[in-house]
Amino acid sequence: MASRFGNSNSIWRQPLAVVGIVIISFWVFAAIFAPLISPYDPLAQDSDKFLTPGSLHWMGTDELNRDIFSRVIYGARISLPYSILLVVLSALLGSIIGGISGYFGGRIDAIIMRLTDMFFAFPAIVLAMAVAAALGPEIRNAVIAITIVSWPVYARLVRGLILNAKQNDYVTASSLLGSSSLRTLVVDLRPNLAGPVFVLASLEVGNALLLLSGLSFLGLGAQPPAAEWGSMVSMGAVNFDRWWVGLFPGLAILSAVLAFNFIGDALRDALDPRTAKALRD
Amino acid sequence: MTLLSVRNLTVTLMTGSGPADAVRNLSFDIERGQILGIAGESGSGKTMTALSVMGLLPYKGKASGSINFDGQELVGFKPRDFRRIRGKDVAMIFQDPMTSLHPMLTIETQLTEHLRHHRKVSKSEARARALELLDTVKIPDPKTALKAHPSQFSGGMRQRIAIAMALACQPKLLIADEPTTALDVTVQAGILKLLDELRKSQNLSVIVITHDLGVLSALTDRIMIMYAGAEVESGLTSQVLTRPRHPYTRGLIDALPDSGADGKRLIAIDGMPPELGKFPSGCAFHPRCSFARSECKTGVPNKVDIDGSRRIFCSVDPFDTSDSPAEAGR
Amino acid sequence: MKPVPAKVSVFRKILRGTGFFPFIVKRVLTSILLIFGMTFIAFSITQLVPGDPVAANLGQSAYSDPEIVAAFEKEFGLDQPVPVQYLRYIQKLSQGNLGISLSSKRPVNEDLKEYFPATLEIALIAVVIAMFLGLVLGTLSAVTRDRLPDQIIRVVSLTGVSMPTFWTALVFFYVFFFLLGWSPGTGRLDPGAEPPPQVTGMFTIDALINGDFATFRQAFSYLLLPAIVLAIYALGVLTRFTRASVLEILGNDYVRTARAKGLPEFTVIRRHVLRPALLAIITVAGVSFASLMAGSVLVENVFSWPGLGQYAYRAAVGLDLPGIMGVSMVVATVYITMNLIVDILYRVIDPQLRKAEQ
Repeated sequence: MASRFGNSNSIWRQPLAVVGIVIISFWVFAAIFAPLISPYDPLAQDSDKFLTPGSLHWMGTDELNRDIFSRVIYGARISLPYSILLVVLSALLGSIIGGISGYFGGRIDAIIMRLTDMFFAFPAIVLAMAVAAALGPEIRNAVIAITIVSWPVYARLVRGLILNAKQNDYVTASSLLGSSSLRTLVVDLRPNLAGPVFVLASLEVGNALLLLSGLSFLGLGAQPPAAEWGSMVSMGAVNFDRWWVGLFPGLAILSAVLAFNFIGDALRDALDPRTAKALRD
Repeated sequence: MTLLSVRNLTVTLMTGSGPADAVRNLSFDIERGQILGIAGESGSGKTMTALSVMGLLPYKGKASGSINFDGQELVGFKPRDFRRIRGKDVAMIFQDPMTSLHPMLTIETQLTEHLRHHRKVSKSEARARALELLDTVKIPDPKTALKAHPSQFSGGMRQRIAIAMALACQPKLLIADEPTTALDVTVQAGILKLLDELRKSQNLSVIVITHDLGVLSALTDRIMIMYAGAEVESGLTSQVLTRPRHPYTRGLIDALPDSGADGKRLIAIDGMPPELGKFPSGCAFHPRCSFARSECKTGVPNKVDIDGSRRIFCSVDPFDTSDSPAEAGR
Repeated sequence: MKPVPAKVSVFRKILRGTGFFPFIVKRVLTSILLIFGMTFIAFSITQLVPGDPVAANLGQSAYSDPEIVAAFEKEFGLDQPVPVQYLRYIQKLSQGNLGISLSSKRPVNEDLKEYFPATLEIALIAVVIAMFLGLVLGTLSAVTRDRLPDQIIRVVSLTGVSMPTFWTALVFFYVFFFLLGWSPGTGRLDPGAEPPPQVTGMFTIDALINGDFATFRQAFSYLLLPAIVLAIYALGVLTRFTRASVLEILGNDYVRTARAKGLPEFTVIRRHVLRPALLAIITVAGVSFASLMAGSVLVENVFSWPGLGQYAYRAAVGLDLPGIMGVSMVVATVYITMNLIVDILYRVIDPQLRKAEQ
């Protein structure tokens, strides 16, 4: 792993990255051990309504008498896995499309690139909202909707990388030696693509989480009574004078996105400058 | 009259794996109106030496020792102090004329901005001086050139403009870092001739940094050969090039098919110059030297003075032609 | 071989030519193609995705009545086969008619005229804040590299791009309206207040045009908070990008030359660094405009701001193709205009590009 990073700005040298890893580890831990560490059942409506944060309920209770702290912990079970799933799907879809475009070039490339341009011009959120609404408001469909609008950025990256690599001698050598095109693509190019795509994905996880919780906030994603951070904040918007209802779930989102961004940034800086530049553009 | 006197200069840079010395205990002098060539392979520390005189060391780089320029001690100068002398008393031109001029500013701006800053002249006076400068470096149609941008000129012309820019405030010392390396051979001669004329007409002192022996023999009065951040040999150009004494210099010059050294590049000796931070102990050249003895691997190489203006740093001195034993000048 | 008619040959000459005019023409053509492409995509997706706009827009009881359903379908042309629907849509589009919104039952053009200026108002302020502050903070950050100002700015800008916009809106609303009372609250004007006579649709400008300073101040006080919240994400992005750009430029040879001339650092930054940096930044600024669209959906929701974001939400939820397309048209047009402005600014800032084209 160390050899893939060109210079010695190792990820461990960046204090922010370490903070990010710590935070994410905490949330992963929380997600896995939620039943063990939450003081209450996230769906239980036993307490009183709208209790302010105190010793019994660290983050207070919400409009249906549920403990917010427990719901925030359980929220990690939805937000984290679905964001990562989202990124994996978009990266896969985008890489395949970009790969086809870059590898075959010519007409196919031109068409796919125009398609990508259109997707970029389109207001992603509008499309995402429409698809999510059409499929039925549910977290799974929100993931599908966002994947549909998120793939272009991976496609562009992969296409650019392939175009660069095509000019490299080792690819010409490989095809001169008689490797079939598919083999060349998979075996020779994949190691060079995996790195930048991975780093882009890590930079995008934070955005994925923001989009996902955003759709849930609008009612197009996770549905009640599920404990999902975005939809919890929307309840906080309705009852904005009870500040604790919206504050804590939002802080959870902020902490997770911040952590993902810390890590993504450090990963990008640890790469060699060339691919780092390709990612920045 | 000595213009620049460097003693025991050590430049420490910050690399990914910690601090490393790019220049080690270097000492040399330059007189007024003299052209000194600093030669060596890449990584020898030549550019860092120049940058430390200018105070332009890279981020987190430090210089120690003494650099006495025209009576002022430059080691310990704050950036503010360097800015007072840069462009005015000491100027520098760089290797690649394609990138060292600003692509978006006019020639006039680039020629006059520091002039107006250092000497508070008016715009019209500055423009007149700019025209004069373009004339000196033989740029055709100076009036139009002033309004143009660097991209409209060839490499050779850009380097001339860079020289004009460096001379705007009539500095005492010009440092030229590989001034002709990026240029065609045919264009090189013109640049060298120009530098020579300037030295004569303005009593300009010049440091020419290069790895091209042709440039050295054509232009310089004295040469200093560097290897791994330290001096290995220095003296009058004619003497060093025709009768090299240090094994490294010998290797470089003998490696040429024609020892007349007219415009041929240096050909490497066996092995590679060491990387920054990984210099061999003792005499840094010992792994590649056919005369290396056990004492060369530890301890500092011997300084051998040969008739006044010439010296080498070698504990072995295998090419010693004098009658006295090889310990002359200890 | 038949001789080519004069009109075509002139056209070809324009397409192949260089210089400003052909550039504009080529741009306009590609933009039109882009828009048509988008209609196709939007149309296909809304057709492919399961979901019934009729159900989405009629109430429960109305939906169970087949007569009402049939009338709805007829009115909006939903009873026609899909390709016909598309063709009719394109036909109307080329005449500038964006159709009737399924959710608002009004012509989309009217809807857009009403909602777009509201979003434009806050978006413009947001862009100005983000660009100006982004440039300043990013440059400051790069110039004081790794020292305290840089560390602070980096953390702050990173936080800015990590904050969920809807939550930030909520927090700001709570603090500045509920707690401090500095902001007047939701909406664009005081309840019951008369909007100024419509010129642009933007209350602040219309009030100014009308010489009505009281309304101007009122409208401005209402839009300040949503605009600031909207600006936060773009500000973070621009600051980070500026920092990276300036750092890269600082490593360029010509900056080293400028320093070698003994120029004060401030002059080096101002004259030698900012211009190339500006070039890079306006590119990103153009693109980050798109992020403002996403942000406005959320911000307008929290602040009850009657803008394009709210309209987009209703249209999306109602599977209202004309509405969705209307919003997309507007955003795409803005995006394309932004790109055009960026390209023009490029040529203004970098004289080299201008000369290269002559």
